[in-house]
Amino acid sequence: MSLPFLVFFVCAGIAVLGALLLILAKEPIHSALALVLVMISLAVLYLLLGAEFIAAVQIIVYAGAIMVLFVFVIMLLNAGSEERTDWSKMAKYAGLPLGIFLLLELGHWMFHSAIGKEIANGSVAASSSVSTVEMSKMLFNQYVFPFEATSVLILIAILGALVLAKRDDQ
Amino acid sequence: MDFITHHPVLVVSLVKIALLLFIVLTALAYLTWFERKLIAHIQSRWGPVEVGAHGLLQPLADGLKFLFKEDLTPPGADQFLYILAPFLALSLGLTTIALIPFGPPDIQVLGQSVFVVANVSIGLMFVFAITSIGVYGVALAGWSSNSKYPLMGGLRSSAQMISYEVALTLSVVGVVLLANTLNFNTMIEGQRGYYWHFIPRWNIVPQIIGFLCYFTSAIAETNRVPFDLPEAETELVAGFHTEYSSFKFAMFFMAEYANMITVSSLATILFLGGWLSPFPDSWTFMRYLPAVGLLLLAAYLIYDTFVLARGIAKIQLIVISFGALAIALGCLHPLVLNIIQGPFWFVTKIGAIMFFYVWMRATLPRFRYDQLMAFGWKFLLPVSLANLVITALIKVWPLLVGHG
Repeated sequence: MSLPFLVFFVCAGIAVLGALLLILAKEPIHSALALVLVMISLAVLYLLLGAEFIAAVQIIVYAGAIMVLFVFVIMLLNAGSEERTDWSKMAKYAGLPLGIFLLLELGHWMFHSAIGKEIANGSVAASSSVSTVEMSKMLFNQYVFPFEATSVLILIAILGALVLAKRDDQ
Repeated sequence: MDFITHHPVLVVSLVKIALLLFIVLTALAYLTWFERKLIAHIQSRWGPVEVGAHGLLQPLADGLKFLFKEDLTPPGADQFLYILAPFLALSLGLTTIALIPFGPPDIQVLGQSVFVVANVSIGLMFVFAITSIGVYGVALAGWSSNSKYPLMGGLRSSAQMISYEVALTLSVVGVVLLANTLNFNTMIEGQRGYYWHFIPRWNIVPQIIGFLCYFTSAIAETNRVPFDLPEAETELVAGFHTEYSSFKFAMFFMAEYANMITVSSLATILFLGGWLSPFPDSWTFMRYLPAVGLLLLAAYLIYDTFVLARGIAKIQLIVISFGALAIALGCLHPLVLNIIQGPFWFVTKIGAIMFFYVWMRATLPRFRYDQLMAFGWKFLLPVSLANLVITALIKVWPLLVGHG
């Protein structure tokens, strides 16, 4: 087994473990940290694909900015540990079967679709290494409109938060 | 031997990591000595003088003291996170140093560059990625202690670090625009050359606003005076590490100094030409500066031994001064002289920035918390944004005019 293969399985395992921990942890701050673990192991997976820039951005934006704010808010509100309830009827009779169905469908497509077979043969991964220069050229030429539109969308979200926070102040 | 020739990257990297860890941890210890001594002299005191000659063994004594103190865990603390926090802070602080090139890449052993552990093509982004996770060390320490002062300190600290990280990152983008790269060595190579044959073509000249913004926000990032609100004694006892004792406290302390080294190295690489010499290549006599500096130091120490020092300090000083003399004579060998040029200038520049850090600590009073936030968001952020826009405009100006 080659080294990248080993790293992939270790990191994928950590990611799944972190995701499980995120759902099962009772303390909100433990859940947030488990999510950070998922983000970082995903960043390592991006590194394995040769996408260095995306990996760094993943850590800076998700683990370093968004999740820090989550942890900050949890600390600020001093949120106590969750109380466990029994599953709701909706989750029991509709959610669980649907979830299992989704998992089966994903597994089926992974092994039987054209893309799935290509990935299994290893013909996709080799071509996916993109340098930072190439990526930024694509971002600012080919995809410049969606890129700018997204930034305006985020700006609108910030303005919305400001409006909501300022409303009582008059 | 067979193993080394088959896995040169692995073996050389491990040796480099071990050496770097040793050097950096020793440097961390002696930075505390440097800081105490310098502040003392600024305030007309002596500073540490008792342990060893000139108090040179004080860091060792402090380390032993930390090791032998009782290691307390407050009842009701979150055990796992309480232990994780100092480890996170220190290990992340030390990891960034692996990305810093201390000398030119062309000095190699087994085909591997000697002066950098990991020459990553997007080094700058990785340093920011690792430092951005560094906030967790402080925040978790504050939260997991289950005590009100650490919690307030942790909250303040993380708010401050998040706020100033934005200005810090933006102030550096101007340099990236000038350098066209995110790789440290390429950035440094791009600063080679001179204005009017003697002023070095470093980024600090065109990016002076960026440098000032970077330096200010770097001080806030590392929680140092005048931005050391997280550990304001009069309000918060000791901030996020109030409940920590023994070596866990020492780890936070070391992490702070490791972060200082990282931000100073970044300032050196981005704005001050990294390992490049400030003097033109034609001034060949300047190549002997490291040896001459060490010789002067040895001369002073020998003078000190015979005139000032008494007792055991005298023996220690003799050993140190002859050590310095031997190294200085060794540096005169052309091969050693060639290798030592890069690291010498790099370390000198870091030392100069550290001097500024300590100077500020001895001189400036602490900010008020609202002043700190207002300064970061309402002054530093707009200024660094304006700097970025102006740099970008100047950079594309020839293109705009050329097509008109």
